[in-house]
Amino acid sequence: MSLGGPYYLTLAAVLFTIGGVGLLLRRNVLVMFMCVELMLNAVNLTFVTFSRLLNDIGGQSLVFFVLVVAAAEVVVGLGIIVAIFRRRKGATADDLHILKG
Amino acid sequence: MLHYAYIIPLLPLAGAVILAFFGRRIGNPLAGWLGTLLVAASFVVAVFVFIDLLDRAGGNRSFDQTIFTWIPVGGLQIKAALLVDPLSITMVLFVTAVSALIQLYSIGYMQRDPQFSKFFVYLNLFVFSMLILVMADNFVLTFLGWEGVGACSYWLVAFWFDRDAAASAGKKAFIVNRIGDFGFLIAMFLIFSTVGTLTYSGVFGAVGSIGPTTLTAITLLLFLGAVGKSAQIPLFIWLPDAMEGPTPVSALIHAATMVTAGVYLMARVSPLLSHTTSSLNVVAIVGLLTAFVAATSACAQGDIKRALAYSTISQLGYMFLAVGSGAYVAAIFLMVTHAFFKALLFLGAGSVIHGMHDEQEMSRFGGLRKWMPVTAGTFIVAWLSIAGVPPFSGFWSKGDVLMNAFARSPALYAGGLLTALLTAYYMGRVVFLTFYGPERWRTGGPHETLPHEAPSVMIVPLVVLALLSFGGGIINLPIDNYDFLGRWLSPVFGPALRVLHYSGSTQRLFETADAVVAVVGAVLAGGLWVRRWQRPRLTPVFFQRAWWVDTAYDTLIARPSTALANFSAVVFDNRVIDGAVNGTATLIRDSGERLRRVQTGYVRNYALAIATGAALVLAYVASRVGS
Repeated sequence: MSLGGPYYLTLAAVLFTIGGVGLLLRRNVLVMFMCVELMLNAVNLTFVTFSRLLNDIGGQSLVFFVLVVAAAEVVVGLGIIVAIFRRRKGATADDLHILKG
Repeated sequence: MLHYAYIIPLLPLAGAVILAFFGRRIGNPLAGWLGTLLVAASFVVAVFVFIDLLDRAGGNRSFDQTIFTWIPVGGLQIKAALLVDPLSITMVLFVTAVSALIQLYSIGYMQRDPQFSKFFVYLNLFVFSMLILVMADNFVLTFLGWEGVGACSYWLVAFWFDRDAAASAGKKAFIVNRIGDFGFLIAMFLIFSTVGTLTYSGVFGAVGSIGPTTLTAITLLLFLGAVGKSAQIPLFIWLPDAMEGPTPVSALIHAATMVTAGVYLMARVSPLLSHTTSSLNVVAIVGLLTAFVAATSACAQGDIKRALAYSTISQLGYMFLAVGSGAYVAAIFLMVTHAFFKALLFLGAGSVIHGMHDEQEMSRFGGLRKWMPVTAGTFIVAWLSIAGVPPFSGFWSKGDVLMNAFARSPALYAGGLLTALLTAYYMGRVVFLTFYGPERWRTGGPHETLPHEAPSVMIVPLVVLALLSFGGGIINLPIDNYDFLGRWLSPVFGPALRVLHYSGSTQRLFETADAVVAVVGAVLAGGLWVRRWQRPRLTPVFFQRAWWVDTAYDTLIARPSTALANFSAVVFDNRVIDGAVNGTATLIRDSGERLRRVQTGYVRNYALAIATGAALVLAYVASRVGS
């Protein structure tokens, strides 16, 4: 273990921010989707880091939950995206704003 | 025979039920005959019961017959039980007799009515209710009959309900009666809470245990019921309007029987009344005032039936004057003779209206004695009787009342005597305007056919009632051994009854005064009204409108109530109630309308909102941790 906890945490924060900004700024649904994954994995990294620092296995076990939920989310999300591609040419998220209440 | 007393009310009930289901099939006039015969049969049974009762000794003439337990509720056991005693059987006899005669008359009068059989359903139901009222042995059963006659009165007043006036007159009669009924009900509650029973014998036996204030309250509330039913001040306004009903109904219900129910009730509760002088005073004063006010109003009426209606109110006032003087026998005596002559007057008026093709205004009558001699003759008998000309029955009964009023207070007597003068005068006016003078109907309206005498089914009751009106006084002459009614009824009233001890010469003095007043009134009417039929100064609007009492109710109660109802319906309901409901809906919809703007449909907006929210939560948590 050569690098200290703060490095990992910083990396996680950077990744999370990239993901968040990407989600807010990009219009392509696929890219937005990847951004969400990025944010999730940044959080996973944080969990694992703290688990090691605090010697608590709970953080690592929670990561498995996140992974499972993320996998499920990918299934549903990709399904939706495929459905969108079938109906229209592009996959711009803003085109779908007519679904508002 | 006493054990068959339950048959008396059962027969009219059977008549009502049969006619209600098969009346149309039985048809006209057979339905009428069936109703009449059943009531007549009821009268015959009553006569047998009466004879049986006569055979018993004076103090033993009370018979209680329980038919079934009507309302068993814990401590309250109300039985459908009949009380046969001299008072109730006297009422039963004259109610069934007069009813039978009037139903006979109705067969002719209602001949051409499309709802012929329905009319007799109501009449039989009325007779049943009236018999229950007078024969009940407890307050609750009496109240059942009381409401029953009220309902029948409503149906019969509004019998020709397609006429606006008749429909609203029926409603008015019902509503005004409700005010009185409320008094009756409260009185029953009071009795039950103080004594714990509602049978007459139980209540009268426990009269000593009722406090004087409670007793006064009970009797005054019962009197309120009587005031409503018997059309006394201040609730008399419904009776003149009730004349919108068919004339036999006016004769039976609104002259002879139902309106006397109040007097009967007061006589029935005489053991309570006699213990409270203040209530007796109220009864006497209200009675006298009503007698006088109604008599003055009767002097100014143009409609023959309205004149008779006010006359009825006035005579009922006399009966209450007698009750208030403690002279219950005199009240019942006047009630019986009044039933005869007032029924006769109404039936005579009905005959005139029938013969004049539904004309009721006396200004269109005149000289009718040549055209309908039997009607005229019997009507004049009734007039002389109600006026109190000797030896007609009214002379004896009214003399009895006046003498008792004098024993109570000379002021009451003076008022009563003045009213007697007015009675002779206004009835004379009716007679002279109708049967004497020029034949004004020739010029008045488009009469294609001449007036005609009534058919014989209508004539027979007139003649029978004329005989009774003439000789009815025989049941209670103020001579020893001829005062049958007094001896017959006195065990019922017992110590409550005030017995007069005037010497023979004093009695003759009273009788002379009564006779003089009656003759003066009659002659006065003749002098004033035989030749002229319009004297506006003698018929001021004030009297025509019965001292503006009806108008006062209209302005003080009816109009403000209508205004309040209108306000509630139009303003309060529409604006406040509906406003609250609609306002809630509008509030939700408007706020939803505003909130939906938040949902833009752009995923990035949502993501930003989530990020901002998370940042805020984090900032908050961080600030808490720091402190």
